[in-house]
Amino acid sequence: MAEAQNKTLADKAAVLESMPDHPAVKALVAWRANGLADARFDRGELTLSVDKSDIVPALEALEAAGYNAFEDMTAVDWYPSAPRFQLSYHILSHGLKERVRLRAMVDEADPEVESITGIWAGANYYEREVFDLFGVRFAGHPNLRRILMPDEWVGHPLRKDYPVEGYR
Amino acid sequence: MGDLVPTPVLVAPTAEGARDQHMVLNMGPQHPSTHGVLRLVLEIDGEIVVRMYPEIGYLHTGIEKTCEAKFYQQVVPLTDRVDYLGPMANNLCYCLAVEKLLELEIPEKAQWIRVLLTEVTRLNSHLIWLGTHAMDIGALTVFLYTFREREEILRMFEMVSGQRMMTSYFRIGGLALEPPLGLLDRIQAFIKTFPEKIDEYSNLLTGNPIFVRRLKGVGHLSKEDAIALSVTGPVARASGIDYDVRRDNPYSSYEKFDFNVPVSNDCDVWARYVLRLEEMRQSVRIIQQALDGMPEGPVKANAPKIVLPDREAMKTQMESLIHHFKIVTEGFAVPAGEVYQAIESGHGTMGYYVVSDGTAKPWRVHMRYPGFATLQALEVMCKGRLLADVVAVIGSIDIVLGEIDR
Repeated sequence: MAEAQNKTLADKAAVLESMPDHPAVKALVAWRANGLADARFDRGELTLSVDKSDIVPALEALEAAGYNAFEDMTAVDWYPSAPRFQLSYHILSHGLKERVRLRAMVDEADPEVESITGIWAGANYYEREVFDLFGVRFAGHPNLRRILMPDEWVGHPLRKDYPVEGYR
Repeated sequence: MGDLVPTPVLVAPTAEGARDQHMVLNMGPQHPSTHGVLRLVLEIDGEIVVRMYPEIGYLHTGIEKTCEAKFYQQVVPLTDRVDYLGPMANNLCYCLAVEKLLELEIPEKAQWIRVLLTEVTRLNSHLIWLGTHAMDIGALTVFLYTFREREEILRMFEMVSGQRMMTSYFRIGGLALEPPLGLLDRIQAFIKTFPEKIDEYSNLLTGNPIFVRRLKGVGHLSKEDAIALSVTGPVARASGIDYDVRRDNPYSSYEKFDFNVPVSNDCDVWARYVLRLEEMRQSVRIIQQALDGMPEGPVKANAPKIVLPDREAMKTQMESLIHHFKIVTEGFAVPAGEVYQAIESGHGTMGYYVVSDGTAKPWRVHMRYPGFATLQALEVMCKGRLLADVVAVIGSIDIVLGEIDR
């Protein structure tokens, strides 16, 4: 964390040039030559972007590289720009004592990605939460139901076109 | 609402003929040992838990959505209300995340007071855990003892922030105010006697044969399961995961403090009990070091466009008045970007993921709270065990529904 804290590496080429030995970067480059769509190192945090169909294999590659603990996943709604949803996975390595962020963009027209519950069962509730509050679906999830809102609720409250107060 | 046949999806007879034997039992959401409004749907075979399904969301208030409509500094009071037993830890995590976005340097004294008060908060959180956990098992007395000490902590919080529970004392860029005179002496006096108090709780419980038999070997969670289910904090450390954010990814000058991270390989409720008692002792060590080495200096960062000016400066200087007016009416713009900040709260790894689009209001604030993930491990810990053990296990994971439902 200390050596490159203040430096911002804005794109994939800069990250590949400056930190080719970083275990997460190495793992994703070794996994597939063009698998890494984009990368960014900003404020001491490494963000790796992949295509939404590559989330599961990319996370498998990261897990094999020592990023063994799933810590958090959530979505960001970039409405009205397209693609609309950003999925952010935060993975921790107990050995390296470091976190990495994997992100993927998801279209509003087809908001479905593979579930990662096969890698970490603990992603179960997180994916249910994203489904509940954003309406992104996860294929292969064992029990994709609403978790925080009532079952019969209509709409997805954390979407930007859902009002903060008043009526829908 | 109103479906009296709870969650037919999961709780269905497992095999032909099993319908006659298995019973579906609804526990909560008002059950006293669920520590809030957790509803557990239990499928039981006699007294053995076959399956369980936690139903949450009763305390969901949409805090993350509310954050998107507030200025950055207005989010701080909202964070108090998430994990309402550890208010300072919530404040700290949010402030650190926004300060990371702003790339703001915090004065050393503010960092040390943050460490000091976060550890006091941890004591507060652990005291409530111990009191209610013991009460669930049937040892009512301990509750009164721990709440005696908790009362003193709440008075300290009141002294420092004017509020007993919803403190909002840490602000973006430092602290709300200089800590009041006499606070450090008061904490010192409290810390001096506190290790004896821990011995007192331990004397009441550790040798108590009923307590020991209810806890030992109950709620087994293996290390592999704990990692797979992203369990963190004391529960994970009691399952042999040697990771503590304070030690391994230090924040707010935790790297300058000397403390041990207790780890156990026993994986049961008893291990979590012993481990949390040891954590309280380690917190006392950190607090003592913070009191001894408290640096001098300002408690707010030198960033007039972000940190509110002192009252006196605001009343006497034109520029400060303008800054004050601007911050209160328009907030302050935060450069675009995304950060994830993790800290070690009383329950485990707490993380705030803040996304900024360059305006004065956060585009997205996601709160990762340890209880949400740990709740998933409840079924693994209770499966095949007695119904009465469920109560012990819930107590041992130190559940706060405010942080789970947000």
